[in-house]
Amino acid sequence: MCHQSVGLIQSIIEASGIPTVSISLLPEVTRKVDPPRVLFVDRPLGFPLGEPGNQNMQREILREALALLSEFPLPAWLEAEQKVLSRQ
Amino acid sequence: MASLDDLKLPYRLFMRAYPYRKVEWRPGATLKKPLREAKVAVVTTAGFFLPAQRPFDDSIRGGDGSFREIPAGADLDSLRIGHKSDSFDHSGIEADKNLALPLDRMREMRTEGEIGGLANIHYSFMGSIIAPKRLIAESAPAVARLLFEREVDAVLLTPV
Repeated sequence: MCHQSVGLIQSIIEASGIPTVSISLLPEVTRKVDPPRVLFVDRPLGFPLGEPGNQNMQREILREALALLSEFPLPAWLEAEQKVLSRQ
Repeated sequence: MASLDDLKLPYRLFMRAYPYRKVEWRPGATLKKPLREAKVAVVTTAGFFLPAQRPFDDSIRGGDGSFREIPAGADLDSLRIGHKSDSFDHSGIEADKNLALPLDRMREMRTEGEIGGLANIHYSFMGSIIAPKRLIAESAPAVARLLFEREVDAVLLTPV
């Protein structure tokens, strides 16, 4: 239920006037909660920034997510690039 | 991509039938300054809390919708994990808290000039909330107010 919780908190912060972006591992749920900006990451539940200890991958995913903050109009939904998810 | 098909049967059935909520946010907010000047906060639902903080309460029906404030200078290795859910693999966030609360990665981005800075305070929820009424009415708006008061420019949210 983490993905609903993230989408709800995100929508409330966004509506208050602060731009938000979330990571999602579970598009089936996130699409229903309909948040403003999402980076879909092809990793298992529990691994939003990729792999433990893989700083390059974490940084690339973070960079891709934060880049979405400049997107407007919304919604802005993007899938993380596969090359990012293969970083060592 | 992870899918509901990956979940154990009881979770799968529940999450397929569940009436997901949404909150109206349109038209949305714009970033008021370039990212390289923006102060960024993280909100995670990984259930992290500091040893000195009250643990999340898994006896609350529908889920504990409260949150904990995590200072940017906190020792990430000391964070405890309030998640009891076995619907996901905990080993990643147990090994490396940056997987959901990437404060070390954000510090590197600040050093490289990619973001303006980190907020002084970040926010942790325990995401297994089935009845989100209090989350929607109270705790999420409280975090939104704190972010505004603390002049945060942008927010990253992470689930587990």
